[in-house]
Amino acid sequence: MKLEGRVWKFGSDVDTDAIIPARYLNQTDAGELAKHAMEDERPEFVREVKKGDILVAERNFGCGSSREHAPLALKAAGISCIIAESFARIFYRNGFNQGLPLLESSEASKEIQDGDQVQIDLSTGEIFDLTQQRKFLAKPIPPFMQELIEDGGLIPHLQKKELKGKTF
Amino acid sequence: MAKTHPMTITEKILASHAREKEVFPGDLVDARVDLALGNDITAPLAIQAFEKMGAKKVFHRDRVVLVPDHFAPAKDILSAQQCKVLRNFAKAHRLTHYFEIGEMGIEHALLPEKGLVLPGDVVIGADSHTCTYGALGAFSTGVGSTDLAAVMATGRLWFKVPESIKFIFYGKLNPWVSGKDLILFTIGQIGVDGALYQAMEFTGETIRTLPMEGRFTVANMAIEAGGKSGIFDPDQITLRYVKKRATRHYKLYHSDADARYREVYEYDASKINPQVSLPHIPSNARDVREVGKIEIDQVVIGSCTNGRLEDLRVAAKILKGKKIAPSLRLIVIPATQEIYRQALKEGLFDIFLSSGAVISPPTCGPCLGGYMGVLAEGERSLATTNRNFRGRMGHVQSEVYLASPAVAAASAIKGRICHPEEVVKKGFKGSRVRGVK
Repeated sequence: MKLEGRVWKFGSDVDTDAIIPARYLNQTDAGELAKHAMEDERPEFVREVKKGDILVAERNFGCGSSREHAPLALKAAGISCIIAESFARIFYRNGFNQGLPLLESSEASKEIQDGDQVQIDLSTGEIFDLTQQRKFLAKPIPPFMQELIEDGGLIPHLQKKELKGKTF
Repeated sequence: MAKTHPMTITEKILASHAREKEVFPGDLVDARVDLALGNDITAPLAIQAFEKMGAKKVFHRDRVVLVPDHFAPAKDILSAQQCKVLRNFAKAHRLTHYFEIGEMGIEHALLPEKGLVLPGDVVIGADSHTCTYGALGAFSTGVGSTDLAAVMATGRLWFKVPESIKFIFYGKLNPWVSGKDLILFTIGQIGVDGALYQAMEFTGETIRTLPMEGRFTVANMAIEAGGKSGIFDPDQITLRYVKKRATRHYKLYHSDADARYREVYEYDASKINPQVSLPHIPSNARDVREVGKIEIDQVVIGSCTNGRLEDLRVAAKILKGKKIAPSLRLIVIPATQEIYRQALKEGLFDIFLSSGAVISPPTCGPCLGGYMGVLAEGERSLATTNRNFRGRMGHVQSEVYLASPAVAAASAIKGRICHPEEVVKKGFKGSRVRGVK
């Protein structure tokens, strides 16, 4: 699975209150949540983010609350992949469950700059920064997780498997 | 039976729930879950996922708990809709433990109080502070809504067995120092990702005399160091708390003396003073005497971290016969209806009301900037809550300082952050937190 987009760069310890402030958690509509993604942290993000764009952060991305609204909002806003040096544990699980791929690479997280154009191959873990003409390597995503992402997350993935007659 | 390798309490609990003789850190296990929890923010997404999965029944109607507590009593129409989703689901699936507002409480204070979480359990909750129940010697961790849906349907979930980090505290606690100060200090030492993916095991002579309230506070904030869970060795203090509440079987697990830890930290608790975490990250912890003159607009005493009866008692001790600073707002939020009733009975409400405080029904409310004390631009709040991220309690240009109920009450009187000794004479008889010898 290949992705390409413009990079939105963030620092360390971006918390889920920054990703989607709790004042919007009185509803669950992904489109509505997307309108407020990162709005306190970086107000222009919501206005300018395009489908396929890539988020790059430093350490401990998604720390704080367990709200699955966070990956849901970022994905609905258009983000196709997040690269970070490390992720907070609950966010990591929630990201894949929502069908949003997360890659860990400290080098890519350090070197890729805001606004760079980046290509990602999830099956090999290759990250190619077109702007800098540099290649980085993250741990590839195993085939079953890629399938889960292609299906749009854990629930649609399970539904599809059930239709094929496989058990959960 | 073949002898197994030495294990931590966390490894033992996960092994038993996965029907394995032994597990090692890094193992992926499919474990039975004793209890699953959702609230008015996370359960609506979980219920959507549950229905999309095609699930028809919850795995056990006594073991799925729904608590509308974040924006309940409903703060607006959308929140009311979310609470209604929970109410309807609970009715349709005949859930035993759905808590309407008249019996409701902040989930992590409520579940232990009702005896729903017990030593040796595996508990998951779609709320990051689910790690609170580790105080009882349970393995307990926060998950997202999709994982909650899976557990609601199957009663099982996969886990990666975490490595454990041991935190040993020795020495006598100073006056006015509580569990909150120990955990803020710890997070200050290791950072907000210092225990990422790890189980934080708290032990040592100081911990062995720490009352249950303090243990809940410490375990509650394990997530603020990135921890997967926080856990305590269950002992007589645990049993005293659990015995009168439990209605099902439970088991005490203990770490083997030679169990393996990724790291061991040792702290002299007698050197720890009341702590304050400055904005905008919980690891920004300082000795309260070192923060300088910080004037505050609001003080919040409550939350899943510090809204228990003992927390209110400590605050009342300090506020008794005193008035809060004229320009300050003090909001007291007992964490459950039971705590509310008991605080009323003990006369604590009279003390709070006379000091100039307002008393809220149980709710998470202001902790996450929901309602009941949201901050305006440029305002500062000192709170006994657990997170001080930018904008957490309201406007993005507001600030949250984290501290114990004792520091909160004293600071409310002074109108600036201060040590309790500034308002109560040194050597004051009530300065030791109950249960700490």
